[in-house]
Parts: sequence; C-alpha cells; structure tokens
Amino acid sequence: MTHNQETETAAMNMSSSQFVQDQLNASEPRSNEMKTRVIAKDVNVFYGAKQALFDVSVNVPDKAVIAFIGPSGCGKSTFLRCLNRMNDTIEGCRVEGEIRLDGQDVYDPKIDVVELRARVGMVFQKPNPFPKSIFENVAYGPKIHGLASNKTELEEIVVTSLKKAGLFEEVKDRLREPGTGLSGGQQQRLCIARAIAVSPEVILMDEPCSALDPIATAKIEELIDELRANFTIAIVTHSMQQAARVSQRTAFFHLGVLVEEGPTEQIFTAPSDKRTQDYVTGRFG
Amino acid sequence: MAGQHIVASFDEELGRIDRLIRDMGDLAQAMLTAATQSLLDNDVPLAQRVISDDVVMDARQRELDERAIALIAKRQPMAQDLRAVVGAIRMASDLERIGDLAKNISKRVSAVGSGTMQRKLSHSIDTMAQMVGKQLAGVIDNYVARNPNELVTLRADDENIDVQYTAVFRELLTYMMEDPRNITACTHLLFCAKNLERIGDHATNIAENAYYVMVGQQLPLHRPKLDETSISGGQA
Repeated sequence: MTHNQETETAAMNMSSSQFVQDQLNASEPRSNEMKTRVIAKDVNVFYGAKQALFDVSVNVPDKAVIAFIGPSGCGKSTFLRCLNRMNDTIEGCRVEGEIRLDGQDVYDPKIDVVELRARVGMVFQKPNPFPKSIFENVAYGPKIHGLASNKTELEEIVVTSLKKAGLFEEVKDRLREPGTGLSGGQQQRLCIARAIAVSPEVILMDEPCSALDPIATAKIEELIDELRANFTIAIVTHSMQQAARVSQRTAFFHLGVLVEEGPTEQIFTAPSDKRTQDYVTGRFG
Repeated sequence: MAGQHIVASFDEELGRIDRLIRDMGDLAQAMLTAATQSLLDNDVPLAQRVISDDVVMDARQRELDERAIALIAKRQPMAQDLRAVVGAIRMASDLERIGDLAKNISKRVSAVGSGTMQRKLSHSIDTMAQMVGKQLAGVIDNYVARNPNELVTLRADDENIDVQYTAVFRELLTYMMEDPRNITACTHLLFCAKNLERIGDHATNIAENAYYVMVGQQLPLHRPKLDETSISGGQA
C-alpha cells in the first residue's frame, strides 16, 4: 500500500466513522436543539356527542415536516384542523385541551382567528383556487392582511411566492389568466403559493397530492422539501411512501388515539407499537 | 410472520422468499456435511456431488434476488416486511458464499490425497468441521423457529471456532515442520480450515441479519475475535 493510498484509506475510515457518529447523533432525541413550534396537550375533540380524538399530545418541531398517517376516520384530519381552528366552522364541534403556537394558546378567546389562519396556512386535498387571475389568487392574502404598502411591493410578494412554490416559470407570461385554467398540479402549487404569500409560520396540508398525478405529486413533494427550510409543515397523507419520503417525524393515529409518534425512519422500519406495525405493513386498513 | 396482509398475494410472495432462504439453509448444511465427509474419507464422488450442488445454490440465490427485487418494486414493503426482504437478500448472499466455500473444500479432496498420513492429517480438522456444522445448523434452525435470543448466543459461539482454527493452524504447521513431504497436503488442509472458519463467519452474519429481521435492532458492532493466526502467523 503506498503512502497516498494509506492516507486515503485513513480519510475514508474517518469520514465513514464520522458518518456513523452523525447517524448515532441523529437517532438521539434532539428535543434540546430542535425548537418546538406547536405544542398540543391532551386534545379531545367531540362532534356532538361523538368523541373523535382522545387525549392527543404531540409536539410539532420547527422547520421540519411532520406527517399524520392512519386509516380513514382515525382523526388525523380532525387533529390537523384543530391547529388553525378550522373545526370552529363545523357545527357541534367542541375542542378540549391545549394547543399552543409559539407558546400562545390557539384557543384563547381573545385570539384573532383570521390572523391565526394567516400564521397557520392550509392547503387542501382538492386544489381550490379562487375564480380569479393567477396574480389575484396570490395577492389576495397579502392585500387583506395589509402586508404590502404599494403595488410594487405586492407584485414582489406575488412573484416571490410563485417562485417559492416552483410555479413562476410556468405562469410568468399569463399572470392575468384565471387560476382555474391551470392543470391540477399547477393549481395545487398555486394554492401553496397563496398560502405562503402571507408568510405563515406553519403550513397544514390535508392530503395535498391525492388528486394529482405522479409527476405533479413529485413536484409538490420536492416543494415540501424546499419549504421545510423556512416553514413548519404538518401533512396528512394516505400514502405511506409519501409520508416516508417527505417527513422527518411521523405520527400514527388510530380510532382517535395517537398511537405512536417518532422519527420517520423508525416508524417505517421498526415501529414499536403493534398497531403501527400492522398499519404500515398493510395488515389492516 | 408473513401472514395476514390485506392483499393475500403479498403473503404468498413473502412466504416464497422465506421458503427459499430455508431451502438454501438446508442445502448449505448438506453441502458442508458432504464436503467435510468427502475430505475425511477421501471420497471423490461425494466431493463431486458438492461441486454440482453449488450450481443449485447459485440458482436459488438468483431466484431469491429476483423475487425480492420484484417484491420491493411491486409492494413497497414497510417495517418488518421490509426488514424480512432486505434481510433475505443479505442472508442469501451469505448462504451462497457458504456453498462456494464448501465447494472449495471438495475441490481439494483429490489434492490432499488418500495416503494414511494424509487421512491422519485430515482428522485434525474434524472437530472444527463439527463445530462449524453445529453453528450453521443452529443459526438456520433458530431463524426458522424465530428465536432471536438464541441467535445472540450462537453469534458469541463463533469465538470458539476461531480458537479451534488457531489450534488447527498450529497443528498443521507442526506437521509441516516435522516432514516437508506433508507440506502440499497440509497447505490444502490449511485452506480447508480457513474455509471452515469463513463459513463460521458467514453463519455469524446470517445470525446478525436474522436477529435484525426479527427484532428491528442491529446487534452491537463489537464481538470479541480470537483468531490469532493473523498475528502469530507472522512470528512463526
């Protein structure tokens, strides 16, 4: 073995042991360094007399993606909608427990719900652009929240948001055309652009790709990965592979109970609860 | 372990992969026993059979690889299913190597020769061969019976094989120093002993993989090694 080879091997050994070390560090609970953005504690939700969620407690880390998975009717969407009080709009829905965004009680009667929903944006299953131009779709939020003092500033926000949503290049020549004329995947990215135009802290996504084809889905997933640098994202998905691909943490709900929450790799390779194991391996639906 | 998927054909596919691993495990044991026997008895036809069995072993491994890859593509297995499939690919490659090593022992049978002296020498590795055989059988049996804790014990037992290998190494060295006419046969036997020692290592790998498949956690990296030939060999 020549001297050079030796040095190379030594360097390789070092970097590989460094890799192992990093992996070990990554698997340690990082609650100290990972800031928590949303804290939910003992959340119970009732639709009339029927209880939909039972004592759900979970911490949503800052600048990361958390995926909520579980069979239909398990309460994952209900929980997601608690985070920006979308359940307020449902007749007979009652939320108990505590949800804090940056320490502030989301269910404090003094809180301005409109302002809360600007801080906690939402993207839905079916793309739902306003029946207005592409430009107006994105400009609407900043306008009503008074985020732009003049036209130039507003245009800047629209362009930046469309760029962040990875849509600008595709629509820059037709900003005045109706948003509803775009393809499904483009419409969904338009809705994401609309959500991020008001600079939210948290973005909630309720099955954002279930109405999209695989290519549009891949684009959204790529976008989620990029948005993670600036936003906290909570996503409900029925696709286990999607949850495994886009999230850092995964929470599994079953029959209104949060069964298990942990690092995504662990949930999909070696879950600790039997119910999680059965669900992710396709043993019950 | 595979059972009760919503999609029944998923169970069938996992079951098929599991059966292939069991078949390969049985074949590996049979090849090891026959290879050792052919060496001890200088039985050339038996050695030939081991050599032809290796073709079957290779074919099984290829089949398993193809099935495992097709299953991953089709089903995107998760959790214990994912561990079972990835573990099967790894275990199959260890079993295939065991087949190669057994074949290599058989190939040396005629080179070792049939003189009484040679037969006496061959018996120096009899004990080691028995230990390796027991180790491999234990690993396969406990994979089939899903006993992860037994596998941890077996993994530690590989140490004894390493100790025995060192003893065989020294013994053969002594015969070679005694009479240089022994050198050819002893060198071949030394390779046979090394092959057996390697089979023990592959059995250990299988035990580690099987443990991960069942439990979902890797066994700690460090396992005491007592093969001193690599150190003392330089001084001898």
